[in-house]
Amino acid sequence: MSDKKPEEKEGPVQVLQTPVRLEYVFSAGQSASRLLGAMAKGKLLGQRCPVDGRVYFPSRGSCPQHGVPLDGAPVELADKGTVATYSIVRIPIEKVPLELPYVTVQVVLDGADTVLMHLLKCDVDKVHMGMRVQAKWKPREEWTSSVENILYFEPIDEPDAPYDSFKEHI
Amino acid sequence: MRDVAVVAFTQAPSVRRDLDRNEVEILIPVIHELKQKTGLKNEDVDFVCSGSSDYLAGQAFAFVSGLDAVGAWPPVCESHVEMDGAWALYEAWVKIQMGYAQVALVYGFGKPSMGDLPITMALQLDPYVLTPLWPDAISLAALQARICLEKGVCTERDMAERAVRDRKNAKDNPFAQVKGDFTVDGILKDPFVVSPLRKHDCAPISDGASAVILAAGDRAKELCKRPAWIRGFEHICEPLDLGVRDLTRSRSTEIAADRAGVGKKKIDVAELSAPFTHQEILIERALGLDDGTRINPSGGALAANPLMAVGLSRIGEAASRIWDGSANRAVAHATSGPCLQQNLVCVLEGD
Repeated sequence: MSDKKPEEKEGPVQVLQTPVRLEYVFSAGQSASRLLGAMAKGKLLGQRCPVDGRVYFPSRGSCPQHGVPLDGAPVELADKGTVATYSIVRIPIEKVPLELPYVTVQVVLDGADTVLMHLLKCDVDKVHMGMRVQAKWKPREEWTSSVENILYFEPIDEPDAPYDSFKEHI
Repeated sequence: MRDVAVVAFTQAPSVRRDLDRNEVEILIPVIHELKQKTGLKNEDVDFVCSGSSDYLAGQAFAFVSGLDAVGAWPPVCESHVEMDGAWALYEAWVKIQMGYAQVALVYGFGKPSMGDLPITMALQLDPYVLTPLWPDAISLAALQARICLEKGVCTERDMAERAVRDRKNAKDNPFAQVKGDFTVDGILKDPFVVSPLRKHDCAPISDGASAVILAAGDRAKELCKRPAWIRGFEHICEPLDLGVRDLTRSRSTEIAADRAGVGKKKIDVAELSAPFTHQEILIERALGLDDGTRINPSGGALAANPLMAVGLSRIGEAASRIWDGSANRAVAHATSGPCLQQNLVCVLEGD
């Protein structure tokens, strides 16, 4: 046993680490729960604004423009849509199921009035605004209540959508 | 000074845990009801100010999504305080005083049930010395209560009397969470949560939200038959370090009450936001209240404690007593920080 005090042995304390950690039981809320529950059945549910009829997907329970509750019946949307705008990604990011370079897109789903940000699996030279695309789902047996049930979007053989149909989203 | 009044108030029922809804979904019907009550549309509101805490939501910038409940079109002039909505109301009041607004919408919301609230509140302490020790909010309040008991400031019976009073008053408040008929002798038999505090000494943990409309001059008279005019408004902060404060009194409340003119005339109703019974006693004394004042007709924070909205609700409840004619002069109190660190006092009058 040494008679020396700890600070004499090892010098004065100069650094103290004080990690902060808080735990939460997160609740997604009614709107997100409805959306995720429908996802598990392969359905895309949006909600309609009672003021101007615009359909929000995803919906957060209130129209962020008019501030009114979206309490009407949910609106089922197609898993097809139009590329409003896009970006080509050349930097790897974890958990992206596509090889570099890949495309991120803002898709206006048919029947929706908001954009959904997602991945597009296609030749990066071919992507363009107005391109028609459809969701590529995971195998049905792997579906959970998660937005990740849709792996990415793929181009489909349909003529481009007219510019006016998506111009407000760019 | 411009004449500014509280003209409308709505709130969500306080519940221990709102299972279904997230904090914005708790807020949505509260704001919607407020707009329907007043007939105000977004373009009629010049300023929007909110109080909430991202630490309760566990998400950075969680407060931004609160605007979903308001609607941001036409573009709104908006601000947020990481404090109780009572301080958001103060900011809105200043904005109106400066002539930048005529009508303001103020709201506070929180869902503390998602986290461990007494521990989360350790993050409002000094981050270098105190927070790393993680003293929970109930233990800190218990230390304060112990000092008050040992110095003869109050007794455990005095404390229990506040709980009995507030829970009884809350029976008439459909939005309150803890209510009913209890006896002092009965609840004093309960075990300690953290000595010397028993369950009844601690405010409940509540999920909830509330919202208020402030309006100036003639606009206030158009929106409300008997506006609750703000005649005194002050908030004062004490040092963060508990060791340098006298915890047996609330100096900041005393100073704020003096500057807000609480003692100038009789106070008919007081709504206090003290989350512990001994703190309610300290606030009553700091405000100089006596038997002539009805204290916490709504039940106060001890009956419903929707963090970030509870102080704003006190202003709304005090204003409601002016509107219904049961009071002509009321005082509302809000607090923030550990052991009553910062206090806000708002005097409302009917004439």
